[in-house]
Amino acid sequence: MATENLTLGKALTMGLRKAMEDDPKVLIMGEDVGKLGGVFRITDGLQKDFGEERVIDTPLAESGIVGTAIGLAIRGYRPVCEIQFDGFVYPAYDQIVAQVAKMHYRSQGKVRLPIVIRIPYGGGIGAVEHHSESPEPYFIHTAGLKVVTCASPLDAYWMTQQAIASDDPIIFLEPKRRYWEKGDVDTSAPASSAYPLHASRVARPGTDATLVAYGPMVKVALDAATAAEEDGRDLEVIDLRTLSPLDLTPVYESVRRTGRCVVVHEAPQTLGTGAEIASRVTEECFYSLESPVLRVTGFDIPYPAARVEEEYLPDLDRVLDAVDRSFGW
Amino acid sequence: MAKGATASRTRSTRSRAAASSEPEMVQLLTPDGKRIDSARDSYGTEYTVDFTDDEYRGLYRDMVVVRRLDAEAEALQRQGELGIWASLKGQEAAQVGSGRALRPQDMAFPTYREHGVLYCRGIDPIMPLGLFRGVDQGGWDPNEFKFQMYTIVIGAQTLHATGYAMGINKDGKVGGDDGEAVIAYFGDGATSQGDVNESFVWSSVYNAPIVFFCQNNQYAISEPIERQTRVPLYQRANGFGFRGIRVDGNDVLASYAVTRAALDQARSGEGPTLIEAYTYRMGAHTTSDDPTRYRLANELEEWQAKDPITRLGTYLREQKLVDEDFFTTVDEEAKAAAQHLRERVLTLPDPDPVSMFDHVYPHGSPEVDAQREKFTAYAASFEGSAH
Ligand SMILES: Cc1ncc(C[n+]2csc(CCOP(=O)(O)OP(=O)(O)O)c2C)c(N)n1
Ligand SMILES: [Mg+2]
Repeated sequence: MATENLTLGKALTMGLRKAMEDDPKVLIMGEDVGKLGGVFRITDGLQKDFGEERVIDTPLAESGIVGTAIGLAIRGYRPVCEIQFDGFVYPAYDQIVAQVAKMHYRSQGKVRLPIVIRIPYGGGIGAVEHHSESPEPYFIHTAGLKVVTCASPLDAYWMTQQAIASDDPIIFLEPKRRYWEKGDVDTSAPASSAYPLHASRVARPGTDATLVAYGPMVKVALDAATAAEEDGRDLEVIDLRTLSPLDLTPVYESVRRTGRCVVVHEAPQTLGTGAEIASRVTEECFYSLESPVLRVTGFDIPYPAARVEEEYLPDLDRVLDAVDRSFGW
Repeated sequence: MAKGATASRTRSTRSRAAASSEPEMVQLLTPDGKRIDSARDSYGTEYTVDFTDDEYRGLYRDMVVVRRLDAEAEALQRQGELGIWASLKGQEAAQVGSGRALRPQDMAFPTYREHGVLYCRGIDPIMPLGLFRGVDQGGWDPNEFKFQMYTIVIGAQTLHATGYAMGINKDGKVGGDDGEAVIAYFGDGATSQGDVNESFVWSSVYNAPIVFFCQNNQYAISEPIERQTRVPLYQRANGFGFRGIRVDGNDVLASYAVTRAALDQARSGEGPTLIEAYTYRMGAHTTSDDPTRYRLANELEEWQAKDPITRLGTYLREQKLVDEDFFTTVDEEAKAAAQHLRERVLTLPDPDPVSMFDHVYPHGSPEVDAQREKFTAYAASFEGSAH
């Protein structure tokens, strides 16, 4: 047993390290990932231990990072690309959406691109513009990409390794404002003990309503569930973990019991993850629903200035307000 | 054998470039404050400046003030009053020199570090602090001051600048003294971006009246210039079909002279120029950065010996253009400006949350309006409560 109390960031570092140890084909590439260890220090120490050939400080160009990762993958490597912040993934958007996503399909399965694109995402850190965005819908909407996000150090540790081991191209979204939050991770446990990559999980069992969240919003949902206890409401919280493919079986199972569903995400509302979930839950659980599926999301505006981001981001109060509305329907 | 010869020539060029610590560049004021009468670039163009005593003093004052304001902003960040700050320390000459070289009709497209250029354009230095404090996303009117919004996404503004310059061509505003020109600022790291390279292609093909002003401060966050290029950056211009000039970016006189000439060439229809202002980022990348992780202290010491402000101060002193009182007065002026800045930053109001729904579209949107309305009602439900 080697259970350690790790921050989510440190758990990611350890997951990457383990993946690099396990497979010499794994490469890390991105801006400032070498000596600096990345602006969030997620690759801290990796260049020192694995060398500049495997931990590559790239020129400053995101399209270049992902585009060359494609070539390296074709050549048999397993590149893990770091995009420095969510708002800087767009120069690579063409390579991701038009190239990464389609090569397996176009080649009728002859070309595999085992690429992981890590993106710190979401707000809540008081940053300037382009540093707080939630671009997941763009990627979820693109067939050929898989999209996952972790919410705990334990998941951070295992999901990085699983994503790197997968032959699917994976957008790996890291909830940057949770980088410093801690949790227990047993780093000596066998990989076979890890929860599957593309599976949702009940983060808190409950009976009265179902909260669906992922990434940075899981903590908000859990806090809301704790607060709701005071009102005598027992909320179930589901951590989606995988956004493409969605694994909604636990959600359906939950909503059939509770009859109420609230989806929480930071990304704007329109055509967001919540819209898809609401549609599917409505279809699957129609006769169990006591009220419509409600969404608590960012607004349909550009991410605002940091001093008002607290008002923009779903918080405990907004989640509880939605729960109230669900009960008051 | 021809092939081998070419390869070895390339290699030797590279090692020569790497070996010379003082790359060839236009310089009019040496690090120890000695004036060089005139200097030529590799195209044979000769540069000099013909400033009045007052103008020399003015450039010195500008640099001292922008450095002092910058230090104040950094201190404000340390005290939690700003979210982050990107310091210009070390780049004052490149920014003041190029900023003062602009004519009133010229348009500038900055990055996030051009506080010195902003100052030269007459914009209240409080303006960028709103962005870094997180109360707005850049508060000045870009058209009024002919200085566009700060751009954080690396390199994006170079294409905007190119398009603007193409518009000048279309409007027939080149040729003659009232001709207009554009200056696009970016860093050494930015030169790797596709956008920047595309802006080179566009401006070359359309002979756009633009000056690309690249401040090579030797780093893109932690990555040294070697991660972006194996040739001196200014030489890239040749391949795109326009002039490339390296200037001593810590020399305000040369930065002024080269920029002024390039802008005037652009406005008279002679197309783009890439200026590589060779300089050094003396501070951290931003207040979030820790440069001790990737660079050695002796490098900073080397560059401190080339400080842009000290060398002009030495020149002013040795030429007896000033007495000692001048320096005291300038320092006091700078201090007062910083104090004034501080007082106003502390009173910058937080925005009204509901204002985040404003200005999403020129014609508005019923969906945004509906969300604004819901938000207002929701916020009102807390009024009077302890929340
Ligand atoms: C498209 C994009 N990618 C990454 C970043 C993060 N980033 C901010 S500044 C910077 C380095 C810029 O270096 P350089 O162009 O040399 O300008 P300097 O900061 O040195 O003035 C990086 C990578 C960004 N802002 N935009
Ligand atoms: Mg730089």
